[in-house]
Amino acid sequence: MKYTEEHEWLRVEGDLVVVGITEHAAEALGDVVFVELPEPGTKVARGDEVSVIESVKAASDILAPVDGEIVEVNADLGDNPGLVNEDPMGKAWFFKMKLEDLKALDGFMDEAAYKALIG
Amino acid sequence: MADLLRTGLYDLHVRLGAKIVPFAGYEMPVQYPLGVLKEHLHTRAAAGLFDVSHMGQVIVRAPSGKAVDAALALEALVPVDLAGLAEGRQRYAMFTNETGGILDDLMVANRGDHLFVVVNAACKGADIAHMRAHLALEVTEITDRALLALQGPAAEAALARLVPGVAAMRFMDVGVFDWVGTEVWISRSGYTGEDGFEISVPDARAVAFAEALLEMPEVEPIGLGARDSLRLEAGLCLYGHDIDTTTTPVEASLSWAIQKARRAGGAREGGFPGAARILGELAAGPSRRRMGLLPEGRAPMREGVEIYAAPEGGAPLGVICSGGFGPSINAPMAMAYLPADLAVGTIVYGDVRGRRLPARIAPLPFQPTTFKR
Repeated sequence: MKYTEEHEWLRVEGDLVVVGITEHAAEALGDVVFVELPEPGTKVARGDEVSVIESVKAASDILAPVDGEIVEVNADLGDNPGLVNEDPMGKAWFFKMKLEDLKALDGFMDEAAYKALIG
Repeated sequence: MADLLRTGLYDLHVRLGAKIVPFAGYEMPVQYPLGVLKEHLHTRAAAGLFDVSHMGQVIVRAPSGKAVDAALALEALVPVDLAGLAEGRQRYAMFTNETGGILDDLMVANRGDHLFVVVNAACKGADIAHMRAHLALEVTEITDRALLALQGPAAEAALARLVPGVAAMRFMDVGVFDWVGTEVWISRSGYTGEDGFEISVPDARAVAFAEALLEMPEVEPIGLGARDSLRLEAGLCLYGHDIDTTTTPVEASLSWAIQKARRAGGAREGGFPGAARILGELAAGPSRRRMGLLPEGRAPMREGVEIYAAPEGGAPLGVICSGGFGPSINAPMAMAYLPADLAVGTIVYGDVRGRRLPARIAPLPFQPTTFKR
């Protein structure tokens, strides 16, 4: 598992990367009431706003962590956005991306580095 | 930034695990470990305890020592019939300015020999200065009492265990009660749309009083986050967002708070700041009005979102003043100032992150109120 400074986690699954938000981020957001997901097939560049999370407090963007193509989104989040609070690191994944090269993940933090970041 | 103040319950909030945020110059609990959603639902299902000690508690007294004289004088600053307010009763009011805008909204209670006024935290200094500048009344801020709100269907049963007399109160009654030797000032009112009470307790006994309520299984502490979603579901205005110096009470859909005595043809017609504009709008109707909006989808439309008549083109009709998610209605909800002739049921479009999403004009409140009339 890799982590971004935007509090997203990245998990390699075959030749795909699964993206979600960390428990720390979910806790900071508070109760999530709406998730807007990208269209599968969308080509995205690192830093693009690809998804929006609305909590009881505010709206937050989910950024594409790397260049690639969105190949699958988690439809469960549309029906049950509260999953983001219940199981942020598991069932509440946001989307899966196809990358040109999985080496693009090398620069991201590992768990120890992320834990140091959030203190 | 100026130093933030703390209420007498600050240490209790921290002990209860609250997340603390700056609000109106105070360090206040925005949520407890339960979280905003569950705190909101708990208040509607049982009883929620809120610390609202940041609000201003003010005693207004006339030289005669009669509340009615203080009421008549205070009528010079509000478009509300205060002289007609019976002893032991409370009424909603607003300070208006010369252009009919709202300086603050407040509660005024007749306590026999004086008025008890509760104003918003962010405005309290200005409100007190305003009353002192314009009125020959003694205006005293109460700084040694906490203010708590207990709201929800179980509020009466819970509070009556400590203060049995409250069970006989009706919505907007006020009274002075004894709680084991401590004088508590109670009104049957609140800011959630639920039945409930607001209780002024001397600082020295405030934590003990709050703890006595929190020991009861039906009572949970509730933060500012749920306070906001509860009041929005109830269609209640938040000063600085839904009402301010640019909105008149008529535009704000608060005409119900302007009684006959202060309207055209009434016994004490006008005589408050901005009367020409406000009475004119009561007669001819305002050009814009605060309305409810229910987004058709699940995406909340928040404060600042512009509202359009069509999915494309055109100038904005108005802007959302409060918006979010309503846990009890399980849907997004908002309020906006829109052209007054738009009927309930009309579809308009809110610009959310560059996309125009449909929303339906809806009656307020979104959640039926349960006051004990």
